[in-house]
Amino acid sequence: MSVFIIRRLMQAMLVVLVMSFLVFAGVYVVGDPTQILVADDADQAERARVIAELGLDQPFHMQYLQFLGGALSGNLGESFRFNEPALQLILERLPATLELAFVALAIAVFFGIPLGTWAGLRPESPVAKTIMTGSILGFSLPTFWVGIMMILLFAVILGWLPSTGRSDEITYVLGFPTTLFSLDGWAHILLPAVNLALFKLSLVIRLSRAGAREVVHQDYIKFARAKGLSESRVILVHVMKNILIPVVTVLGLEFGGLVAFSVVTETVFAWPGIGKLLIESISFLDRPVIVAYLMIIVLIFVFLNLVVDIAYSILDPRVRLQDMKS
Amino acid sequence: MTALQDDPTLPNRAPAAAASADSGVETPFRRFVSDYRESSVAVVGTVAVALIALIALLGPLIAPTDPYDLATVSIMDSRLAPGEAMMDGRAAWLGTDGLGRDMLSAMIYGLRISLGVGIGSGAIAMLIGCSLGLAAAYYGGRVDTLIMRVVDIQLSFPAILVALILLAVLGKGIDKIIVALVAVQWAYYARTIRGSALVERRKEYVEAAASLGLGDRRVLFRHLLPNCLAPIIVVGTVQTAHAISLEATLSFLGLGLPQTEPSLGLLISNGFEYIMSGSYWISTFPGIALLVTIVSINLVGDRLRDVLNPRLQR
Repeated sequence: MSVFIIRRLMQAMLVVLVMSFLVFAGVYVVGDPTQILVADDADQAERARVIAELGLDQPFHMQYLQFLGGALSGNLGESFRFNEPALQLILERLPATLELAFVALAIAVFFGIPLGTWAGLRPESPVAKTIMTGSILGFSLPTFWVGIMMILLFAVILGWLPSTGRSDEITYVLGFPTTLFSLDGWAHILLPAVNLALFKLSLVIRLSRAGAREVVHQDYIKFARAKGLSESRVILVHVMKNILIPVVTVLGLEFGGLVAFSVVTETVFAWPGIGKLLIESISFLDRPVIVAYLMIIVLIFVFLNLVVDIAYSILDPRVRLQDMKS
Repeated sequence: MTALQDDPTLPNRAPAAAASADSGVETPFRRFVSDYRESSVAVVGTVAVALIALIALLGPLIAPTDPYDLATVSIMDSRLAPGEAMMDGRAAWLGTDGLGRDMLSAMIYGLRISLGVGIGSGAIAMLIGCSLGLAAAYYGGRVDTLIMRVVDIQLSFPAILVALILLAVLGKGIDKIIVALVAVQWAYYARTIRGSALVERRKEYVEAAASLGLGDRRVLFRHLLPNCLAPIIVVGTVQTAHAISLEATLSFLGLGLPQTEPSLGLLISNGFEYIMSGSYWISTFPGIALLVTIVSINLVGDRLRDVLNPRLQR
């Protein structure tokens, strides 16, 4: 087991290293930050001074090593726009994004698993067909357009919910700022969270449906029924438990996807998270913030992949054994 | 072939020729068509896809106005509700946008751009992905490990993130967005074709072709590739729908197409400015057009997957 974890850790570190190189090469070498940083009327000496200050006169590998050294000590550069450390800017906005992604994930799981299991147990019923048609729609609907339509319906026409923004009523839970403890917080988060959840909800429905259809024909389900267990116990314990393996993967991997996809939802609903910061930074060519965002997202992804791999190997020992053999 | 030769009663004919020439006999293609038609939803989807393609192709001929002709577009017509009359007396059936362009015409032109970008990037991605995937499967060893590692790493990140990274670096423009969409899609093709090529490679016909002394390229493209096409067609339809949706999303975020080439996504984005003041039609109608396009393509893709999947064959 520990050999497995160590191997996976080393793989993860390698991926982070490779990605840091690609992100650095992409963002820092392709463009020329002096064009934005140095005033147009600056003379040659002034240009040279700024270039030397930013370390841009160094050869590429030296610049990369400096960036890497800075990154290891938590310094990802300073934002051109705010003159604040890029990392700090992102960490300030991360809780809002995590809150949104967490609520969206909860919606996807709490509605997705029961609906998908239902559709899998009675695949020919009209309810199941409606659920599945709905999930095709969920896959096809462009997230941003659904968001706009939700604002139009619930905020503009019906006037039930606020159209944009996050609530100001922030409570600190274990140092984590959240708006989920106030009614106003829920009123603000409901539309963006549902919007962000739609795609994952369809995915969870499909996964649990496929899982349920496969599991109900297994011998242990027949045996559980033969033992005279009640139908609800068979479904809730024996079927549900075995659907959970693919869903655990989804829980882990798709959470990263939610954080990445929140870029769209945050832009539509003006949600003050890291996705909105990224889009603003791209339009302002604020490179340090772009690099910092990408590195943090890569770290989140690699970490989640690692956790899911380990959780998987505990839930299903065959994964571990197969990896050992190869 | 003449009709005489086609007569099934004639003796001395190769059995293979009889099967392919005889009109009543089930060929793989006919079986595919009849299987496909069993789902009426899929047929509706196919008809819709054909109609949408036709509208896009005939665009300038059927659009009521030319939305980019500055001589005819008047700012006085801006934000007319659906059905209201424009300055020149014609009715704007779906309303007009903030610049006074007829929405229906703008949507038809936008559809051309959306479809063009989606299909164009899909075709390039398919070419690159299939070549690399085939190479990985055929050569194996280090080539395979290298290509598939890159594929694995890329697929562990969501498409939108990869596209965002690229566009952040590259900037705006129709060529840049095609590059981004190709980069996002190629890995799916590579992984799919590698999977089926690995199965096909072990079959005798590949061995036979290789032992005839045919070159690598010929064996790869003339023998292996045609036998791996079915899953690629499925991935192709689903990915095209995905690319159209992604392009719309990126354009909405302001990272995709420039204002001079408004795709459906950009039209929706432009309408978002006016949504609070109740001009619902500017965002709603292009969105519906986008939705119908994506759903129709997905319906076709779903059906193709069911029919072409050998595991599900009854």
